[in-house]
Amino acid sequence: MMLLQAVATATHPLSGSVAEWVWLLPVLPLIGFVINGLLSLNSAHFGPTDPSTAGHHPHSQSAAEAPAISHAEEAGAVGDDHHAVKRHRFAGLVSIIGPGVLILAFALAVMIWQAMVGAHPTTPFIQRYFSWMPVGDLQIDAAFQLDQLSMVMVLVITGVGALIHIFSVGYMQDDPGYPRYFAYLNLFVFFMLMLVLGANYPILFIGWEGVGLCSYLLIGFWFNDKANADAGKKAFIVNRIGDFGFLVAMFMLFANIGVLDFVGLNAHAGELATNGGLVTAICLFMFLGCTGKSAQIPLYIWLPDAMAGPTPVSALIHAATMVTAGVYLIARSAVLFSLSPVASLTVAVVGALTAIFAATIGLKQWDIKKVLAYSTISQLGYMFVGVGVGAYVAGMFHLVTHAFFKALLFLGSGSVIYAMHAAYHATGSHEDAQDMRNMGGLRRYLPVTFVLMWIATLAISGIPPFAGFFSKDEILGSVFARAQGSTLASASWLGIPGNYLLYAIYAIGLAAAFMTAVYMTRMMLYTFHGPNRTGQREAENLGEAPWVMTGPLVVLGILTIFGGWLNLPAIVTEYVPLGPGQVLEHWLEPVVGAPTEHIIAGAPQTPATTEEFLIGAAVIIAVVGILFAWLRLKPDRLPTAREAVPETGFEKVVAHKYYVDEGLDRAIVTPTYAASRNFLWRIIDNGLIDGFFVNGSAALARGFGWVGSRLQSGNVGIYAWVLVVGVLAMLGALTLHR
Amino acid sequence: MLAESLFFTAALFIIGVIGVLIHRNAIIIFMCVELMLTAVNLTFVAFSRYYGAAGQVFVVFVMTVSAAEAAVGLAIIIAIFRHRQTVDLKNINLLRG
Repeated sequence: MMLLQAVATATHPLSGSVAEWVWLLPVLPLIGFVINGLLSLNSAHFGPTDPSTAGHHPHSQSAAEAPAISHAEEAGAVGDDHHAVKRHRFAGLVSIIGPGVLILAFALAVMIWQAMVGAHPTTPFIQRYFSWMPVGDLQIDAAFQLDQLSMVMVLVITGVGALIHIFSVGYMQDDPGYPRYFAYLNLFVFFMLMLVLGANYPILFIGWEGVGLCSYLLIGFWFNDKANADAGKKAFIVNRIGDFGFLVAMFMLFANIGVLDFVGLNAHAGELATNGGLVTAICLFMFLGCTGKSAQIPLYIWLPDAMAGPTPVSALIHAATMVTAGVYLIARSAVLFSLSPVASLTVAVVGALTAIFAATIGLKQWDIKKVLAYSTISQLGYMFVGVGVGAYVAGMFHLVTHAFFKALLFLGSGSVIYAMHAAYHATGSHEDAQDMRNMGGLRRYLPVTFVLMWIATLAISGIPPFAGFFSKDEILGSVFARAQGSTLASASWLGIPGNYLLYAIYAIGLAAAFMTAVYMTRMMLYTFHGPNRTGQREAENLGEAPWVMTGPLVVLGILTIFGGWLNLPAIVTEYVPLGPGQVLEHWLEPVVGAPTEHIIAGAPQTPATTEEFLIGAAVIIAVVGILFAWLRLKPDRLPTAREAVPETGFEKVVAHKYYVDEGLDRAIVTPTYAASRNFLWRIIDNGLIDGFFVNGSAALARGFGWVGSRLQSGNVGIYAWVLVVGVLAMLGALTLHR
Repeated sequence: MLAESLFFTAALFIIGVIGVLIHRNAIIIFMCVELMLTAVNLTFVAFSRYYGAAGQVFVVFVMTVSAAEAAVGLAIIIAIFRHRQTVDLKNINLLRG
C-alpha cells in the first residue's frame, strides 16, 4: 500500500518540491493556538487571585486585571469594543506568536504557489497521511489535496489572515483576554486551512465545523454581555441546520457512488448523470449547508448578529474567509452542480434574491458594522450567482477581491470604532461608538482610514479600475452570456424557463449593484463627511490608530486597487495593455474548466459591442448610485443617535430588517418554546416519562408486592396446603405428559 | 411384592399428608411429618431389596436427620407454648406479610 502510494505520487510534478510541506500550513496556526491557549490558561490559574473579585468574573485572568474587566463590562453596555487599561502580562509574547505563525504560513504558501506555477500540475497533488475511517466500503483517508483552487484559498486565508492578525495586535492589545483572542484566531485559521486543503468531504467537514466553533467562540468573545453570548449561540444553531443538509448530501453521495474524495468524485460523477433527480437532491442538500455557512436566504439571519464579536473577527471570519466557504464548496463540487441545471439555477436565484434583499436592509442601518454585515451578505449573494450560473472562476474571483475590499472596509470601520471608543473613553461618555449618527466629519481626524475606505467603497460599488469592478462585472457578464444557448437557459426552474430567469437575475444583480453604491456612499457620507457629531471634548481625542493597525489597511488598500489584475477580461486587455488577461481563469482551468464548459454548452460568445454596453451600463449604474446618495443624503442635518426621530412607514420596516427576526421569533422560536414547555415538558416529560414510566413502574412493583404479601398469611397450614397442591399438580402434569 | 409394599407406603404417606393438612395442633402435625418420613423410609427399604443396599444407607441418614429435626422441632414447639400458652397453629402467624 505504501509502495503504491509512493509510485502514485512520484509521477506528480509537485512531488519532491516544497509542496510536500503542505501539512505544515495548518500545523503552524495550530502551534500558535496551543501556545497562546496555554498562556491564556496559565494566567487564569497561576496569577495572583483575589477571591472578592474573582467570584464576580468567571474568566478573570488575575486580580490585577479585575478592574480592567469591570471597566470592559461597563463599556460593553455602550458598544462592543472594550479598551481596558491594564495589558495582559503575556501580551508581548502573544503579539509575536499570534501573527508570527500566520506570516510563516503565508510565506510557506507563497513558496508552494511558486512551485505550482513552475510545475503546471494538471492533476491535484494528493498527500495521504493515514487511513482515518476504514469501515467496510467506506475508506476515508486523512489526506490533503493541493490544486489550483485550494491554492487560491490558502493564499487568501493566510495572506488576508496575517494582515488581520497584525491589525488585531493594535486593536485588541488592551483587552484582558488578549491571549485567548489570539488562540481562537489561530485555531480558526487552522480549521479554515483544513477546510480548503482536505482531499475529501469528511476532512473538509472537520474544517467546516471547526470554523463554526471558532466563529461561535469569537462572536461571544466578550461573553460577559449576554447579547454577545446569545449572538454566538444564534450563529451556532442556525449553522447546525445547514450542516444537517451538508451531512445528508455526503450520505447520499456515498450511498450512490461510494466515494467521498474529490478525485473519486470527479471520476465517478458521470455515473450520476443519468439520475437527474438524485444529483439535484444532493446538490440542494449541499447548498443548504452553504446557505448556513455563507449566510444566504433563509439562513442569513446569524451574520448581522455576529457583529457582536471584535471587529477584526468580523473582517476575517464574517467577511473574508469563513463565510465564503460555501462558495468554495460549490466550486469544489462544480462537477456535481454542472450536472444539475435545476440546482445550479436554485443557487443563482437564491444568491440574486439574497443580494437584493440584504442590500435594501443595508440602506437603512445606522450601526456601521451592520451596514457592512448586510453588504457582506449581499456580496456573498453575488458570488453564489456566479457559481450558480456555472461561472465558477467569476465566483472565486469575486471571493478573492471581496476578501480584499471587505476586509479593508471592516478593518477601516474597526479603526473608526477604535478612535470613537478612545474618544468616548477619554471623556467618560457612554454614547454608542458604532452608530454612524454619532460620527460625522471623521475625515479630518482619520485621513488615512478615510482615503482607504473610499477606495474600498469605490471597489465594492464597481467603479473601474478597482478590484470589485472586474469581479462583479464578470459575474453579471456571465449571467448575461448564459441566458442564451447554455444548459441553464434550456432548463426550467419551477416552471420558469431558464433564459427568462437568467435575464431576471441579471436585472436583480444590476439593481443590487445600484443599492450597493447607494448604501456604501451613505455610510461614507455619514461617517467621514459633514460636521462632527461626537461633541466638542470628544473630538479633541479623536485620532488615527497606531501604524500596526493602519499598516495592514494600506496593504489591503493596494490589493483592493490592483486585485482586478488577477483576472482582467479580454475586452479590457484588447484595448488597454494593462497586463496579461484572465490569469485566474487559466489558473483554475484544470479544476473547474470541464464543469464550466458543460454548463456553457452551446452558449454563443457575447458580441464585443454587447459586452461593452453591459460594462458601460454597470459602471453608469454604480456612478448614478454614488451620485444619488451624494446628492440626496444630507449629513449636515443628520441628528445624533440620541436626538434621532424614529422612522415611519416602509423605512421603518427596512430599518427593522423587514421584521425577519421578529417573524422567525413568532413563527419558530416562540412556538418551539411553547411546544417544549407545554407538550414536551408538561405532557411528555412530566406526564409520560415521570408519570407513566417512572412512577408507573414503581406503582407496578408496589402492586405486585401487595399481592405477594397477601399470600404470606403466616399460617403454616395454608402453606402446607399450597405445597401439597403444587406437588400434586406437578406430579399430575408429569404423569399426564408421559 | 414391590407393588404391595409401595401401595402400603403410599397409603402411609397420604395418611401423614392428610394429617398435616387437617390438624391444627403442632404436636400432631409433627407426628404426621414423622409418619411421612417413615413411609419414605419404608419405600427406600422396599426398593433396596431389588436395587442394592444404597436404599438402606439412605434410611440411616434419614433417621439421623429426622432425630435431629425432632429435637429442634420439639424445642421450638415448647418455646412457642411457653410464650403463647398454645400450640394451635391458627394463632401462630408471626410471619404474616
